[in-house]
Amino acid sequence: MKKIISQTEIDVNEEGYLTDFTQWNKEIGQEIAKEQGIDMTSKNWEVIDYIHEKHNNEEPLSIRGIKKSGVINIKEFYNLFPGGPLKKATMIAGIPKPKSCI
Amino acid sequence: MKNIIILGAGTSGTMMANHLTSKLPKNEWNITIIDQYKTHYYQPGFLFLPFDIYTTKQVKKNGKKFIPKHVNYIQEKIELINPEKNKVILEKGSVIDYDILIVATGTKIAPEETEGMNSSEWHKSIFDFYTYEGSKALRDKLREWEGGKMVIHITEMPIKCPVAPLEFAFLADSYFKQKGIRDKVDITFVTPLDGAFTKPKATKALHYLLEEKNIKEVTDFNIERVDYENNKIIDYASVEVNYDLLVTVPTNMGDDLIERSGMGDDLNYIPTNKTTLQTIGYENVFAIGDATNLPASKAGSVAHFEAEILTENILRYIEGKELKEEFDGHANCFIETGNGKALLIDFNYTHEPVEGTFPFPGVGPLSLLKESRMNHMGKMAFRWIYWNMLIKGIHIPFVSATMTEKGKHFEDVKQ
Repeated sequence: MKKIISQTEIDVNEEGYLTDFTQWNKEIGQEIAKEQGIDMTSKNWEVIDYIHEKHNNEEPLSIRGIKKSGVINIKEFYNLFPGGPLKKATMIAGIPKPKSCI
Repeated sequence: MKNIIILGAGTSGTMMANHLTSKLPKNEWNITIIDQYKTHYYQPGFLFLPFDIYTTKQVKKNGKKFIPKHVNYIQEKIELINPEKNKVILEKGSVIDYDILIVATGTKIAPEETEGMNSSEWHKSIFDFYTYEGSKALRDKLREWEGGKMVIHITEMPIKCPVAPLEFAFLADSYFKQKGIRDKVDITFVTPLDGAFTKPKATKALHYLLEEKNIKEVTDFNIERVDYENNKIIDYASVEVNYDLLVTVPTNMGDDLIERSGMGDDLNYIPTNKTTLQTIGYENVFAIGDATNLPASKAGSVAHFEAEILTENILRYIEGKELKEEFDGHANCFIETGNGKALLIDFNYTHEPVEGTFPFPGVGPLSLLKESRMNHMGKMAFRWIYWNMLIKGIHIPFVSATMTEKGKHFEDVKQ
């Protein structure tokens, strides 16, 4: 489905995740964060950069990965993205949410 | 003579030994397979063992039976791979040179990765069902358990056979109903993902199963520790879930050998090209099955499809031809839903499981993403197929290595 965010039309799935990463930019990320009630600080963006790097390398995202990332510890990660940090951070980053096979 | 070495004689390694022995000229190539364990387990059977559906005898056989006679079979622990020098070093010190190496060392559970999990309560009130020992210990526990709160829990992704925990929950519901104690058992499914089902089509088609079977869901639960003295699991957001019986899927990791050899990622999986199965960094080293870091499911069916493509790529590599970028992440899995029924799903890297018919488009006899008795019979028949066809590298008729889109309802599906 289509959605207008910061004057740009983007494609999202039923849950609001971008289906085409090429449509993503920082303004769009910012707007999604706002909708999720998250105030993006420079630390939040550092995490988003890390998530993009993992995504580009096709490495799965996990809490363990966050722990070893050197960017942030897990408690901070929960504080920066309250209420399901991986789920929210991936939505803001414009990539699919972590999932299983069905 | 040239040497091809396969590390690991599980599902993938055994299949590769069988494929290669019929394809490589015997006067040019020595094939060696190395594994420290003598027993070959039918791992999908570990799901059924706790419920007394399968016996211990049905899930294990002597591995030697499945290794072709022209293949050199070494039963010894592997100490190290030295990919720079094309050598494998065994525990007792012998060194074997290779021209081509296939790593099929699989994945294992690592309960020690979570505080309190591998505690004095391990296999007493905290169980896994991903090992023969765990599955058997759980069977013994369930035989005498009189009810209480059963928590089925996934520690972190990726795990081998991602649907197994859900199947376990469904089978547990059936098992306790048959025992007449379902009203005394509370079943809760705890996952780090945002649901027991995570894909839109599957969620829509299958969420009723959880409601129908009265299985509770706790989602987005990233475990920090097990408080084994007070019978609860606690996550990083300080959410607590109490249990009487914890059935957990611990962190899954690749073999320690991969770590010792400096060839793995954070979880000891080997970075591997997802379409050719050649490892990243070593052109004469290939990886297959659960040992890779591929974004595919860790499952026997995936290994089976990979084996057909890897065999072809190894032949191409030997002939100096370009490798085929053919593997598409194809997986095909039966999912037990209890009460003699099962689902079937067929999917790959880019297509989520949808409804349809399989393997014959429009005909079946198996139905995709829908419960049926026929699917359950398929799953039961699969044990025979596994021992008699799959690991012997015999092609399963009508099921191709890459996924077919025919006979499936793909309308408006987007990943």
